Amino acid sequence: MSIPFEHLQWMYETMVKIRTYEERLVEAYAEGKYPVFNIGAGPVPGEMHLAAGQEPAAVGICVHLKPEDTVTAPHRPHHHAIAKGVDLRRMTAEIYGKATGLGKGKGGHMHLFDPATKFSCGGIIAAGMPHAAGAALASKMRGKDWVAVAFIGEGAANQGAFHETLNLAALWKLPLVVVIEDNRYGISVPKALSTAVERNDARAAAYGIPGYYVADNDVLEMYRVSREAVERARRGEGPSLIEIETYRYLGHFQGDPEVYRAKEEVPGLREKDPIRRLREHLLAQGVAEQDMAAWEARAKAAVDEAFAFARDSEYPAPEAALEDVFAASEV
Amino acid sequence: MSRELTMLQAIQEALDLKLADDERVVLLGEDIGVNGGVFRATDGLLAKYGEKRVIDTPLAESGIIGTAIGMALNGMVPVAEIQFLAFIFPGLEQLLSHAARMRHRTRGQFGVPMVIRTPYGAGIRGPELHSESVEAFFAHTPGLKVVVPSSPYDAKGLLISAIEDPDPVVFLEPTRIYRAFREEVPGGLYRVPLGQAKVVREGEDLSIFAWGSMLRTALRAAEQIEQERGWRCEVIDLRTLYPLDRETIITSVQKTGRALVVHEAHKTAGLGAEIISLINDEALLYLRAPVKRIAGFDVPVPMFSVEDDYLPTEARIRQGIEETILF
Ligand SMILES: Cc1ncc(C[n+]2csc(CCOP(=O)(O)OP(=O)(O)O)c2C)c(N)n1
Ligand SMILES: [Mg+2]
Repeated sequence: MSIPFEHLQWMYETMVKIRTYEERLVEAYAEGKYPVFNIGAGPVPGEMHLAAGQEPAAVGICVHLKPEDTVTAPHRPHHHAIAKGVDLRRMTAEIYGKATGLGKGKGGHMHLFDPATKFSCGGIIAAGMPHAAGAALASKMRGKDWVAVAFIGEGAANQGAFHETLNLAALWKLPLVVVIEDNRYGISVPKALSTAVERNDARAAAYGIPGYYVADNDVLEMYRVSREAVERARRGEGPSLIEIETYRYLGHFQGDPEVYRAKEEVPGLREKDPIRRLREHLLAQGVAEQDMAAWEARAKAAVDEAFAFARDSEYPAPEAALEDVFAASEV
Repeated sequence: MSRELTMLQAIQEALDLKLADDERVVLLGEDIGVNGGVFRATDGLLAKYGEKRVIDTPLAESGIIGTAIGMALNGMVPVAEIQFLAFIFPGLEQLLSHAARMRHRTRGQFGVPMVIRTPYGAGIRGPELHSESVEAFFAHTPGLKVVVPSSPYDAKGLLISAIEDPDPVVFLEPTRIYRAFREEVPGGLYRVPLGQAKVVREGEDLSIFAWGSMLRTALRAAEQIEQERGWRCEVIDLRTLYPLDRETIITSVQKTGRALVVHEAHKTAGLGAEIISLINDEALLYLRAPVKRIAGFDVPVPMFSVEDDYLPTEARIRQGIEETILF
């Protein structure tokens, strides 16, 4: 299968954008929080789960999606949001708790909601899965060819909601693709201590649906299997399950002392960096260095602009805390 | 032996002592082993007691609470950690429909001696669903005891009592004061009985009822108002929210004739309403003013930029005291 050039370009540029974004957040988040880590301090207080290293999972499937397709993401949502095309400025403003944010600055980094791209995420593990199935069911009932993609971590595949959702999606042949990002850990607990099977694609068999496994964070393989799964869903033939072996370079959250993994682990993972691998692939395909440099520059400029927008925006007024509990709220 | 500990250290010590003291005690939960818990409440316990006593579970709250019930019914004393209070919601069915009712359902033949410990409350700049105070759900459910410590000393003594209690106890640990201050905590096992409130500050003019992290906010407000106005507020830490220490509540209101309840939970159908109802039933004719609630608002706890506007503050409590005393 050959991959159209514009898809390769988009995946490369988007991965660079994601990586740049996450690395920028490492710095922004650290502001004001040290020497003794204080999670409540600095311009971005609260928890922060970053996805540097996990870019292939997001771009390899979102490249096949339309704006009308739904994406639900978990607590580590930036790569999915960026790949789905969520407005980077408003997303960043949300993370900074500013009134111009996607959620008026009242949601933060785990609560990014964007009707324009049908993107949502949330902090409760596996909770987005049934919502994605519901979106898929709505699409089917309304006679659309829209699909839904639910991203979860490998830890989430042990929640009841995971199994309930797969059963009913298979039963009702819903246009749903579930992507499991196996980044080895649920916080500190390694997959082997939490999961009864070695690979979660095996669980697809329990629901009679196709299961795919993408080894070694391979974005091109992710692209291929995702295309099959998304096309199958769009044709109305039902759900699929994809597990991708991916790598989390940073802590579970920023400030994580990472006592559960060896110090050599991350440098080893970084040696197989998916962005560099795609870059080498593009070079081998004859893409010019300077073209790639231009895409990289464009990605960085978008990130710069988003952070500037967020920093310059205002905080919400205190009364905003009382709004939006009900339609036309007037608490 | 006696040293100054934070609430987290006191909790860790209670768990350590009960693991040593009673071989039926088992800890289970997400990230409690190798990681020592996301707040480090179980730090070092895996190394000390091994993986049969300190169990890192899969990410499955319904499974955690459900298997704890099964263990408790079969001779063990499980102490489950739920990583944040709101993460208990996927397991509520097991807690409310089964743990709470098993003794009654089996007409007293089986009990469920288990503890669910969980970080509770707002004030640490957590995002949505990391700042809940839904103690009323549990207090409303017959068969559950509900405990909220407000100090390291009480946290240790109450947790030991909870583990030794024959019935399920929901033990809510206020994250805001996990590490906020230290106090002297004796080494070794000691108990603070469940169901007993504590008069933390004596006064004659008004009774303030609070628990968890709000206790300290209420105390500061009481001190400020005494300096400003000379009014002396009695401050009572309820410590156990079910069963309530009715006697201490009523005795205080009979003395002061005025009362105020402070909680960070949403106002509507929060425990403040229950306490006011109790006062109405038992001490109405002693009252010189309506009993007020200073509470969180009826909205999900918002994020950092507006969190301080959600939580009861000293200023809001002082205003409540003034309105009540000047009524
Ligand atoms: C219902 C629920 N339980 C526990 C948590 C706490 N928690 C947040 S992230 C996480 C680990 C998730 O692991 P995984 O699904 O593998 O995703 P990853 O963090 O590796 O991306 C846990 C336990 C939660 N957010 N929701
Ligand atoms: Mg994981």
